[in-house]
Amino acid sequence: MKLTGSEILIECLKAEGVKTIFALPGGVVLKIFDMLHQQKDIEVVLTRHEQGAGHMAEGYAKATGKAGVCLVTSGPGMTNVITALADAYMDSVPLVCISGQVSTSLIGNDAFQEADNIGLSRPCTKYNFLVKDVNDLATTIKEAFYIATTGRPGPVLVDIPKDVSMAKTEFTYPSSVSIRGYNPTYEGNKWQIKQAAEAIMKAKKPILYVGGGVVFSQASKELLELAEMTQIPVDMTLMGLGAFPGEHPLSLGMLGMHGTYSANMAVHYSDLVIAVGARFDDRVTGKVSEFCPFAKVIHIDIDPTSIRKNIHVDIPIVGDCKAVLRELNQILRATVNGNQKDLRKPWWDQLREWQQAHPLVYQQEPDGAIKPQHVVKRLYELTKDRDPIVATDVGQHQMWTAQYFKLARPNRWLTSGGLGTMGFGFPAAMGAQAAFRDRLVLCVAGDGSIQMNMQEMAAAVVSKLPVKIIILNNRFHGMVRQWQDLFYEGRYASSYLDTTPDFVKLAEAYGAVGLRASKVEDLDAVLKEAIATDKPVVVDVPTYPYENCYPMIPAGGCNHEMILEDPPELKRRMAGAPSTGSDEDKDTILTA
Amino acid sequence: MEHIISVTVENKFGVLSRVAGLFSGRGFNIESLSVAPTLDPSMSQMTIVTSGDERIVEQIVKQLNKLIDVIKVVDLNESEFVSRETALIKVHTKAEDRAEALRIADIFRANVIDSTPSTYTIEVTGDPKKLEAIINLLQPLGIKELIRTGRVAIAREAIRPALSQPKKIARE
Repeated sequence: MKLTGSEILIECLKAEGVKTIFALPGGVVLKIFDMLHQQKDIEVVLTRHEQGAGHMAEGYAKATGKAGVCLVTSGPGMTNVITALADAYMDSVPLVCISGQVSTSLIGNDAFQEADNIGLSRPCTKYNFLVKDVNDLATTIKEAFYIATTGRPGPVLVDIPKDVSMAKTEFTYPSSVSIRGYNPTYEGNKWQIKQAAEAIMKAKKPILYVGGGVVFSQASKELLELAEMTQIPVDMTLMGLGAFPGEHPLSLGMLGMHGTYSANMAVHYSDLVIAVGARFDDRVTGKVSEFCPFAKVIHIDIDPTSIRKNIHVDIPIVGDCKAVLRELNQILRATVNGNQKDLRKPWWDQLREWQQAHPLVYQQEPDGAIKPQHVVKRLYELTKDRDPIVATDVGQHQMWTAQYFKLARPNRWLTSGGLGTMGFGFPAAMGAQAAFRDRLVLCVAGDGSIQMNMQEMAAAVVSKLPVKIIILNNRFHGMVRQWQDLFYEGRYASSYLDTTPDFVKLAEAYGAVGLRASKVEDLDAVLKEAIATDKPVVVDVPTYPYENCYPMIPAGGCNHEMILEDPPELKRRMAGAPSTGSDEDKDTILTA
Repeated sequence: MEHIISVTVENKFGVLSRVAGLFSGRGFNIESLSVAPTLDPSMSQMTIVTSGDERIVEQIVKQLNKLIDVIKVVDLNESEFVSRETALIKVHTKAEDRAEALRIADIFRANVIDSTPSTYTIEVTGDPKKLEAIINLLQPLGIKELIRTGRVAIAREAIRPALSQPKKIARE
């Protein structure tokens, strides 16, 4: 029997096990929507903006480990989803984006709602396809899912012209894919793995530096075995949070610009850095030339381009983290002898000293303004037994959540790392909630970033996605204000947002629940009420506006030179005292 | 340092823009690029002349390999290779210069492929130094237009060790 392109698309999605797609209709995709409307296997979450659709698909993908799917129309639909594609590309999120295109006969004619979707998405997708013939559609969709989910995952765009979605052909779904230019390496080179094992046995001060690759390759079990067997401390990147249990005694927490003191000191003074599924991003390395100056570097990554892109690597291993770690563990199991705890004691004594010298701190006065860190800490303690999924936007609140919300398992952490997309958190949380209707899904947001995709509250209410949003409301673009205080002498250029909107009323206007915690003593009760509510909830928490996020490595600084508290000049300025203009003061004014 | 990279790609639309976009997006240099189909019409061969230190060239090769439409990447500088470039040079020729233009073409074993009362179009093939040399000599006569193809290059066959015999090719 012959099927239309639209029906073929839906059959292909079903064959790939897709249960939910995030979509917004338009002229050239009406046929596809018409067909979606007449079937029951795939749920359509109607978003209010295509960027939301893209981020929801990302949240779905990060929480499930499977490809997320979004569907948008041509022209503005496509340009709106670009931010999400770029975000997914930076953070290696498996995504299949279906975009509508004007009919093949009109392509290139500046037709209504036409855009060069292939040209627009080329630099922000792993691959993209324009389907010019309905006979190629099924193979293309198969290849799109294959490319998105294998190797280093990433977003793939399939551009379907209107006439292709309406044309008919025989449907057969290909059972296998073969692309001659695409053969990701999964098994690591055995000789290199042996070299790595030997280096680990010799090292006195080794450190595991693990990233999002561990999450995507589901290598947490292998990582835990490696760390426990060898008693090597674990630093996680922002994307790697959850790959290793945050409360585990071997965890030093997050490293990098706002990482913990011990995590950054450990990597700086280490003699062997074992990077697993991480890419030496500038927010981790700081000044590249002085990153881990005393260490040999082992780098395990499925993407060969990540290796030696930013820093010199002594033992490169191209392969899937899970496969390589398994092999490495096997060798180590046979070689590890003696008590590793005793062997590592001098290193751990040093690490514990660093941990005790500068733990993460904040001061919460019982009757003072609410500190943002306190909100995250209470949220963590009140919800950790429910194994929640946590999304964040981008900024101070994101860093505080990364520091204080100690995730125990992978696929619970939805955040925008590489691209740093404000407005990511709420739709990503909705995508995860759509995949797991019964789980607790939290979104920690800032008052600035939540406004970037607030419109999706309508979709959350209508599609019954009971995400709990906690807004750390400091009336500022907080991270911008922090940089202005540290590097621009406190001139708050375009960072003050004032007190509008009233987020409680806004939530209610959408048909969601709005709550507010204005005093420290109310916080727990309000958070508990939010968690117990079976509807989307916005919890507005006005916080102390001038709280800064520490530790902080200024951009381009060295990892062992962290700012741990407000510099004296800033403290004086905040206290209202005029600058003395002394040389001592000048020394404390930082340069970005 | 200059590197010549030979890239085998799928012969389909959009591949050139993926390769070019990779170079521009990551700030790599392209000094020249030539592309044409291979014996197998489903594939094209690109010769890219680029420059950069060892780390950059390693990234260029890796990034090219990462492109899904790229089938094979060879950094020709890693072995011996030969390269050629063709230029078409349209030279102004006043009556008294015509003989000189022909003499120069002759010295470089170049061909005159078109002629009008006031111009010669000279075709010359060689390595970049040869092309530079003939251009320098023709310049005083007045070069009206100059088109270069960019370089194409091919690896030299590896010299076989004495012990390994070449395989016999069966003939029908």
